This record gives sequence, structure tokens and C-alpha cells, in this order.
Amino acid sequence: MNAAKLESKPMSPRKEKWNQFTDSMKYAFHVIFHPFDGFWDLIHEKRGTLAAATTWLALFLITRVLELMYTNFQFINAPLQYINVFEQMASLLFPFLIMCLANWSLTTLFDGKGRFKDIYMAMCYALVPYTLIHLPLIFVSNIIAFDEAAFYDVLLTVSTAWCVLLVFIGLMQVHDYGPGKTIIFVIATILGTLIIIFLILVFLSLLSDALSYFVSLYREIAFRLY
Amino acid sequence: MKVMYRLMALLMILMLLAGMTSAFAADDGYPSSYTYNYDYWGDVRESPDAYRVDQVIHSSALGLEVAMKRPQSLFVQGQDLYVCDTGNNRILHLTRGGDGFHLVRIIDTIQGAEPATFNTPSDVFVDEEGNIYICDTNNQRVVMVDKDLNFLKAFTKPTDSTFDQSLNFLPNKLVVDTSGRVFCLATNVNKGLVKFESDTTFTGYVGANKVVYNFAEYIWKEFFTTKAQRAQQESFVPTEYCNVYMDEDSFIYATNISFEEGDLIWDKAMPIRRLNGIGNDILIKNDRYPPIGDLYWIEGSVEQGPSKLIDITVLENDIYVAADRTRGRIFGYDSQGIMLWAFGSLGNTNNTFNSIISIEHMGRDLIVLDQTEADITVFTPTEYGNLIYDASADYLRGDYDGSAEKWEEVLRFNANYNLAFIGIGRSLMRQEKFKEAMDYFEMAHDRDNYGRAFRQYRKIWVEENIGWMALVLAVVMIVPLIIRTIKRTRMEVEIYERSKVGK
Repeated sequence: MNAAKLESKPMSPRKEKWNQFTDSMKYAFHVIFHPFDGFWDLIHEKRGTLAAATTWLALFLITRVLELMYTNFQFINAPLQYINVFEQMASLLFPFLIMCLANWSLTTLFDGKGRFKDIYMAMCYALVPYTLIHLPLIFVSNIIAFDEAAFYDVLLTVSTAWCVLLVFIGLMQVHDYGPGKTIIFVIATILGTLIIIFLILVFLSLLSDALSYFVSLYREIAFRLY
Repeated sequence: MKVMYRLMALLMILMLLAGMTSAFAADDGYPSSYTYNYDYWGDVRESPDAYRVDQVIHSSALGLEVAMKRPQSLFVQGQDLYVCDTGNNRILHLTRGGDGFHLVRIIDTIQGAEPATFNTPSDVFVDEEGNIYICDTNNQRVVMVDKDLNFLKAFTKPTDSTFDQSLNFLPNKLVVDTSGRVFCLATNVNKGLVKFESDTTFTGYVGANKVVYNFAEYIWKEFFTTKAQRAQQESFVPTEYCNVYMDEDSFIYATNISFEEGDLIWDKAMPIRRLNGIGNDILIKNDRYPPIGDLYWIEGSVEQGPSKLIDITVLENDIYVAADRTRGRIFGYDSQGIMLWAFGSLGNTNNTFNSIISIEHMGRDLIVLDQTEADITVFTPTEYGNLIYDASADYLRGDYDGSAEKWEEVLRFNANYNLAFIGIGRSLMRQEKFKEAMDYFEMAHDRDNYGRAFRQYRKIWVEENIGWMALVLAVVMIVPLIIRTIKRTRMEVEIYERSKVGK
């Protein structure tokens, strides 16, 4: 009788959305341990949400900053007097986005099934192990000594390897590629990223040249007139 | 009201003046030596002067009729200072007494040897008995005379086949060990130091530089160039040393100024070496940066290149001091290869140099020879400089607490001095004040010592707090158990009651 009552009571849309969000957040734990099924269902069964993916990305960036600030000095060389938090975050976020863009631009021409949104989501979920391992390691670094670093280093390596593996599998599942094709496209993505960065730089320098042309033109006219 | 304004204006002027006088008071009238040090990040940290000019010795002050001309080398034995006045083919013997240095004699001829005069003597060495060894370069000999200048021995061109007989033997720098063996740097000899036994026989070379070349260069030369091209190219030859010094333990310190700039920071160039008996480099380098002089080679947007350490001298406790020709700078390092201070610059004032050629020490005083100015500058350590020496000496002697007190004094002068933090930290660690020690080590970025102190601190912390930690653990494990039991009991009761209702 109780169960029937529960079913009949309609959930408020906000509550429903919140539940969907928390579910997709929790889904990350499934993805990182069962990457093949996980990434497939993430996209095709709509188990992931953009909000959750972005939250995980934000957590990743925050972890990175906390790591720089609070890891014991024995294990990190961070000249805190020079570090700008926003610069640090931007230096991770922009390459990440450019890589997603490069990957999408290339795979969309070569039978890649993933949309930009799918790639972005998969990549965000692939960064979850970094957050999950590094966040507790910040604390651990403050309770171990320099010569006990072996344990710490192993976990750092594991987190990196895990993320790389997840990126690889994620791309494979999102685009429905085989492993060989994925490797080729990973390399192509890196090249594509470099090309995009190059184009951005060229664009910016041309823009500044153009601007300075108009500025000097204005100055010249101003001088002549007065 | 107007009076008030005036009073305030007056007060402000007074305050300004007070500020100015205090700014002047910090400067006690001595010209600054531009002393600095590097912090953990490699940033330049200005520091108080470790050395100040005591006096500058000019030819005229010594009463020389002929002024010094391109002098090349200094040597100190006790209170005596020997100057190789190379351009005038003579050696000046000075002694320190009273208010400064006085000329004792001019050595330009020796008895019982042919030729009796020198031709561009470029280095001199005096042993404990007062016997004088002179690198008589263009006479192609190293000549040994007793203290009354009577000829004893001459070390001449080796007849051995390992010495290229087509080359002239041009001895340039020399050191002599306690048993009379002569180690000599000769121009155009790149096999290391030429070694002579005390009976003047040549017994080989010591401490040759290893030949370095990179793989790409090798491939290029081996497979892509013709024989004719190869002959025109530079060949891979080991570099020559620039200067040598023998410390109290008969280890030879050698400097080297021909290297690839890029090799410096990865410590492949090794501009300063400490050679043991078989010629291996045993210099200790425990700092983050190797002892290469300046880390930055650009000054005022002008690229001046790396420091060229032209000469080196070794003080008590293995503290070594090297002189840089590029920027007229003097660098002090302790036995662990950690920079103590750097000072000096190019210029024409008393405490600056035109072109350093040689450096020596007398006790803690540094004596620097400038070849173009042809003068000798004597530096004495300031209170700050002496404190640094005292503190390291105390530490090496085992007086850790005494050394910590001196390091505290050093910190009063210079709060950026890493060695002081480490010294105090070590002393605190011996007093089992681990937490404080950790703070000091952290300020100096000393990971090893921090780790050591931290382990002790952690051990004590755990021992002290094991009680409540166990309690927390117990609570964390038992409380959910209790909750679960209560829940289960309730559920069972409910099931029982429902089953009763169902009946």
C-alpha cells in the first residue's frame, strides 16, 4: 500500500533533475571501473549529463590547484609566490577544450559517431581518477616523510596511467572505433591541437597588428588635424 | 587652525628627515660590494656585504721603480705574498706586517742556472721550507730555487713519447704537494696536469678532462662528412684546465673555462673540480644548483655569457672561493657546494675589477690580483662574513649549539640565508624540538632534514595521541554496529506485529 502511494505521488521537476544529476555523478564510479560498458552507456543510454561532466571537470581543476597549494613541500616544487590560480586553471582548461575540439573536428570527418558533447562528456569522466586519487594524496603528503615517497609516487603514476587508459577507451567507445584507429586519432588529435593553437596565435597577432594599424592611423590623423 | 596646519607640516618634514637619516645610517660609509646569494628558486637575494676592501696595493705604494705589468699570479705562504710580475719578468716578494704589505725583495735573477733570468714567469709556488718553484714559461722550464735563490732543480720538457715532442713545453700554472711532486698546467697540453716526481722525472698526466661529444655530432661526422671536411672541422679534444690550487689535504682544485654553455646547468661542464690522487673529480655538490658561478648571464639585457672561473683558492674547512673573469665577481662555496655569497662587479673603483686574473687567501682575507689595473686588492670579512665562517667551523667541529647561536646572528643580518635555517634546524633537532626544526627546514626547503625531523615528530605525535585515536576507531566501528542491531530489532518487532495483525 505504501509503495503504491509513493508511485502515485509525482516528483517535482527540480527534484527529478537533481536526482538525475546525482545519479550521473555517481555513474562516474561505474565508468572508471567498467570503462567499456561505462562509456558506451554514458553516451548511448544517456546515463551521463553535461552538468555532471562539467562538475567533474571543475573538481579536477580545483584538485589541481589544491594540490599546488597544500601538498607538502617535500613532494612538490611549487613556487607559490609566482603561482596564479586562474592561470593554472586556464592552462589546463583551454588545452583540454582545444583537444576536445580537435578530436571532434577530425573524427567527425572519419566516421566518428561522437558529437562534441559526447566527446566532452567522455573526457570529463576520464579525468575522474585523477581527482579521486590526488585529493586524498594531498592529505597523505602531509603525513609521510621524504624517504617514504615510493608509495606516494606509485599512486601518482597509477592515477596518470588510469586516466590515459580511460581517455583511450572513452574515445574508442564514443566514436565506435577499434583500438588501432583510436591510436591514430589520438596522435592526429595532438597534431590538430597544435595546429589550432598555432592558428589562434596567428589570429591574435594579426588582430593586434590590425588594431595597431588603426590606432596609428587615428593618431596620424589626429596629429594632422591639430 | 593655521598654526595647527603649520605644526603638522613641520612634523611631516621632520618625519621625512628622520626617515632619510635612518636610510643613510644603514649605509656606514663603505662602498657596497654588491653581495648577493641565490634562494631555493634560484632568485637573486641581495645580502649584506661579506667582504670589504681593506686596502688596494698599487706599484707606487710598494715603492717599485718599474710599475707592475700584466701580473699573472699570486701565491701566499704564511704572511708572505708572492706576485708574478709577468710582464717585467720578475717575482715580487711582499710581506704583511703592521699596517699593510711591504716589499721584501724583487726576485729577477737566480744563482747557478742558465739562463739566470726569467722569461714571462706565470706562476710561483713556495713550499713550507721556503723553496720557490717558478713556472718560467718561455724558458720552457719549471725552476726550483732555495730561499736564497740558489738553483736546486729544473723540471723541463718530458722526453717521454706520451708528450708530443713537436710541442713546446710551456708551463703555465703549478702546484707542489708535500712530498715535492710538481703538478703543472702546460699550454697546449690537454691530457691533464703534467706530473713530475721530486727528482724531476716525468711520470704522466693527472685528471684529464673526459672527451665529450654528442651522438648526433658523431653520426654527422662519421657518415656525412668527407675526410677533407673533417680535417677542417674542430676535432673532439678534451679541454684544458685554467688554474689549479692545492688544498691542505693535497687535493687539487682545478677550474676550467672552456665548455659548452648548455652543459653548465646540468652540471656536465663541471667548471670547478676537486681531483684526488688518480685524477677523479670528488667535489661534493649537495645544493640544488651546481657550483658554476652565476646562474643568470644576462645583465641589463646584455648577454655576457657564463661565469669564467679563472682562479680558485681554498680556505679553512674546505670553503672554496672562485673568481669570475666575465663579471669580475667572487663566489664562495662551502664544503657541500652550497653558495655562501657572491660579490663584486666590473668597474674602476676600489671594490670592483677590470680583469681578475688570480685570487689567494691569507687566513680569511682574500687577495685579488687584477692584470690590467696591475694592482692587488685585499678584502677582509665583515662581521657578517666572519659569522658565516665561524658558524660552519663550529658545526664541523661538532659544536652544534654554538653554531646555531651564530647562525641566529647571521639571520639577524640576512633573513634569506638558507644555510642559517638549516644550521639552526639541525641544532633544534639535536635538542629534540622536532616541530621547530621542521619549520626551519621548511624555510630552507631542505627535504632530507625535514623528512628526518618529521618522522621523529610523527612518532611522538602518534604515541601521545594513540589513546583517543583508538577511541575514535572504536567508535567508528562500534556505533554503526549498534545502529544496525537496533534497526534489525525494530524491524523484527514490526514484522512480528504485522504478522499478528494479518492473523
